[in-house]
Amino acid sequence: MKLSVEELKKKADEIRILVLEMVETAGGGHIGGSLSAMDVMTALYFRIMNIDPKQPDKPDRDWFILSAGHKAAGYVPVLAERGFFDKDLLPTFNQLGSPFGMHPDMHKIPGCEASTGSLGHGLPIAVGVALSLKLDSNPARVFCLMGDGETHEGTIWEAAMGASQYKLDNLIGIVDYNKCSMDGPIDQVVSLEPIEDKWRAFGWRVIRIDGNDMAQVVGALEDASVPQGKPTVLIADTLKGKGCREIEGDYHWHYGVLGSERLDRTVRELKGGSNG
Amino acid sequence: MAKDMRDIYTDTLLDLAKTNPSICVIEADLMNATGTRAFKEAYPDRFFDVGVAEANMVGIASGLSAEGKIPFAATFGTFASRRVYDQFFLSANYARLNVKLVGTDPGITAVYNGGTHMPFEDIGMMRLIPDLVIIEPCDLVSLEKLVRQAADHYGCVYIRLHRKGSHTLYDADESIELGKAKVLRDGSDVTLIASGFVLVPEALKAAELLEAQGVSTAVIDMHTIKPLDEELVAAYAQKTGAIVTCENHQVFGGLGSAVADSLTGGRPVPMERVGSWNKFGQVGNLEYLQEAYGMTAREISARALKVIERK
Repeated sequence: MKLSVEELKKKADEIRILVLEMVETAGGGHIGGSLSAMDVMTALYFRIMNIDPKQPDKPDRDWFILSAGHKAAGYVPVLAERGFFDKDLLPTFNQLGSPFGMHPDMHKIPGCEASTGSLGHGLPIAVGVALSLKLDSNPARVFCLMGDGETHEGTIWEAAMGASQYKLDNLIGIVDYNKCSMDGPIDQVVSLEPIEDKWRAFGWRVIRIDGNDMAQVVGALEDASVPQGKPTVLIADTLKGKGCREIEGDYHWHYGVLGSERLDRTVRELKGGSNG
Repeated sequence: MAKDMRDIYTDTLLDLAKTNPSICVIEADLMNATGTRAFKEAYPDRFFDVGVAEANMVGIASGLSAEGKIPFAATFGTFASRRVYDQFFLSANYARLNVKLVGTDPGITAVYNGGTHMPFEDIGMMRLIPDLVIIEPCDLVSLEKLVRQAADHYGCVYIRLHRKGSHTLYDADESIELGKAKVLRDGSDVTLIASGFVLVPEALKAAELLEAQGVSTAVIDMHTIKPLDEELVAAYAQKTGAIVTCENHQVFGGLGSAVADSLTGGRPVPMERVGSWNKFGQVGNLEYLQEAYGMTAREISARALKVIERK
């Protein structure tokens, strides 16, 4: 499946609506980061990655590791919309016995490659998968989506060093740089700056984009997919809560529920397109 | 030159790798301590050294496993437990992957590395991970056989590996089966249940001391601590009516606790435990440390006499 940039924009906003409705039914969820990373996840699943919902384990598939596991509220609707399972299951999110909870379980969610939630775990796993694919001369690629606050974790940098040592040009990291962590604006908690220099110093090729501009997202992911002898990271500048104007950029919206009136207003706006 | 336990570990992996292209070795800058350099030389593509980054090592091992490899990751037991616990718990075990984690230098065998490197708590931590298999081989023969079975078993395994020095307690053709404890000698008055390179031989020596005093003593090598051979434990609890556990570990959470946990659900009998009693590690040679923590045949036999009185 290769949607155009315009189709992807529309798709991302459709999935944002699924996220917000799902979280509304559940009574809560990690809205902020799920919405900020939605354009990246939509581009990956509807254009960039070689995947087949009918054969989720096909050997030459590309891998997606959601290192920031709490963005499951965004990830699960992406997988549903892409056809890995029935969208009718989404309202079970966080309900007793549901396959979907706040953090994804690879053994319960078709298409999910890693059970994540404890931050800093996904990039090391992605490095291991990328090494294994290289060992098998398998041309598949590994995409690893990290939260910005997640990169406070030391294992992210241990893995970053390892990835460049092993010249893993089949590994593409994406930092969802919405500049909010749970306790506040990230530069007031622990700043990541100079973020590009940090990743470059760890041996990565760095591409900086507006992560909520679909044309830039697609261009960068396609660029990053061309192997250049080292791992690539996309620093994706995003807005926390992107698509719901009333909460955009507000760190308090790491987790929450919109409430029916705000949800209705947001859905109407999203149907008109979040990028204007 | 005689082979160390670590050499047998590496030789076994080399042999497995000949026919199984999925076998990988992953190290955190301790290749020369673990003795896996020979694997790197034979299979450079399947050997990964991640540097001094143990948690990352276990995360990478999990990724290798997710894509179908069988990684054997090793580091000192303190790091293989405390340092990497979250990664091993979630990335490997919760994910139901196939990671073999090796913790070397168990308990007092860390000797002069001292308290920072002396794992008395690794078994206790590992026992809390659902479905994990925990093994602690006591000699060259059981080490080779158990490493082969660990490779064949789909699922995570923690291998408590004695590194330097070696001895042989079993004949080369002895059958050693994961999850099935071995009765090394039979007896009717008391059962010594031991694990590992240091305490299994001490338990055998203790049995000699006890037999000299007319105490009929059974000795069991509990090489698989999880899943525990509960059937054999129950049978010997009934047969001898008294148990002494012997471990190079804290008495809390380890083999002694595992045996007690098992008997609690059936027919408990008086027990005594030999091991470290709520103490941190320290610097010393093996003999000194065995005395310091009471991990000697003398202490085992004293505990045996005491437990018999409690019957």
